[in-house]
Amino acid sequence: MPELRSLVTKVRSKNAGPFWLTIDIFCGSNDAYKQVCSGLGTSHVAGVFKADTQTIKRFDIPDLNVVKFSLPRPTVQGAIGDRDMHGASWAALIGELVI
Amino acid sequence: MVRVLVPSGALGLNYDAEALQRGIAAKPDIIAIDGGSTDSGPSYLGRGVSKYARASTKLEWAGLMAARAEAGVPLVIGTAGTCGADSAVDWMLDITREIAQDQGTPLKVAVLRSSQDPDRIAQSFEGGEITPLAGAPEITSETIRACSNIVALAGAEQIAAALETGADVIIAGRTTDTAIIAALPLMHDCHAGAAWHGAKIGECGALCATNPQSGVIMIDFDATGFTVTPLADGAHASPHTVSAHMLYENSDPFILYEPGGHLDVTVATYTALDETSVRVEGSAWLPSDRYTVKLEGARPAGARTVVMALLRDPHYVAQASVWADDIVAKCSAKVLQRMDITAADFSLEIRLMGHSASFGALETRTADPVEIGVIGIITAPTEAQAAEIGKLLNPYLLHHPLTQEEEQPTFAFLFSPPEMHQGVIYEFALNHVLHLTDPMEAFQLEVIDLA
Repeated sequence: MPELRSLVTKVRSKNAGPFWLTIDIFCGSNDAYKQVCSGLGTSHVAGVFKADTQTIKRFDIPDLNVVKFSLPRPTVQGAIGDRDMHGASWAALIGELVI
Repeated sequence: MVRVLVPSGALGLNYDAEALQRGIAAKPDIIAIDGGSTDSGPSYLGRGVSKYARASTKLEWAGLMAARAEAGVPLVIGTAGTCGADSAVDWMLDITREIAQDQGTPLKVAVLRSSQDPDRIAQSFEGGEITPLAGAPEITSETIRACSNIVALAGAEQIAAALETGADVIIAGRTTDTAIIAALPLMHDCHAGAAWHGAKIGECGALCATNPQSGVIMIDFDATGFTVTPLADGAHASPHTVSAHMLYENSDPFILYEPGGHLDVTVATYTALDETSVRVEGSAWLPSDRYTVKLEGARPAGARTVVMALLRDPHYVAQASVWADDIVAKCSAKVLQRMDITAADFSLEIRLMGHSASFGALETRTADPVEIGVIGIITAPTEAQAAEIGKLLNPYLLHHPLTQEEEQPTFAFLFSPPEMHQGVIYEFALNHVLHLTDPMEAFQLEVIDLA
């Protein structure tokens, strides 16, 4: 059971404005892309954030071998409880998901 | 055809001077650069100030103004001074005035202001002219009136109005990242989908290519599509690097909302013309029924004091979260006992760096760190209250024992005093759009001749 990051080229997370977070998984090959598409459920990603699966937008993009998720930011950017102004750290938690 | 030269993703991030010169030699019709973003957080909009050093901004802007004079074309900056509030636009105008004097060139400057009067916006809200976007916070008229700065994001129409003045330099307040690039191609009837799509691809400079730090790219717009070419040595654009840029900081990689409509790139095609350039066609622009501009607002959220300490004693490193939780409980109780403040008024939190500071309760890994950085974060209504709570926290971070039985420990403080005062902090308060009947009604355009 591998960690996601060992299968793909790169996992990136970033703010998409102050109220949204977006995660891009660059799979690097069609094989890896298929493995991620089938092995990584939206509910896995929701579990990382303790978020409602319904709030997560998912895009499987075969032309780029990319799987992308966007969700309302766990805390609004720069709010008192926010821990990461640019939202880039979340990629580590997603990359460590076992699929 | 309209040729747009983009020196970098943001003024203040530097650009490759040699690549810029190559761009000037290619005779662009306009030079366009972004000056800001919300990405650094609410403080810049809250205070109406720039994130970047004035010295860097002046040096880079002087280089672009000289390049503009050589090319004899307009130079436009959008979201001047990071946040694009009027105070940041005035800061940019001051810098421009100094450079114009140094360079001894007469200059016609158009200034587009995007700041909004909170009272007017509150009235618009009460009149039903403001609609929330997905994920928007609940707001009231009071939320709006509490904002220290509100800006509206100008689109291509307002930049076009500024270009129509014939100005040499356009200093725009808050705009969408794309508007400064899309405006001129749209004015010349280039393909509207291509104008917005090319603008989105180009808004971060060479981030859509290899060697993204090199900054400079050139985009050619025409009646059917656009062609993007990075200009630095060793920088290449490929169909993959260009199409992948639609992912960047976008919640939807195919749809982009702009004032007056939206871009849909679902069926766009990306073709390599050679090793460096990519041709894109097939993007669609879908006009909306109503003209809206997005609003951004920041309001004061209290004052913050931060206290730092270091744990290196293995006994304390091993039980750091128990230790920190105990301190938060005891210190919070003491704050309520000794200060005239209620629990709802202040926030006291300890984050443990090297342990769980990134994700808190959502962290999935544990390890055995050598040392732990302790960050006490205090937010209270006033700076004096935040500072006072910092002083109440200080003895705990210095000496708090895990149990009463053990000898009193002493932890490392980095500074005297260990408390750092951040002053007033801000929070983003708006994620809404304002409905307009005339695109210019929320914006002010002024033309200034600098002799």
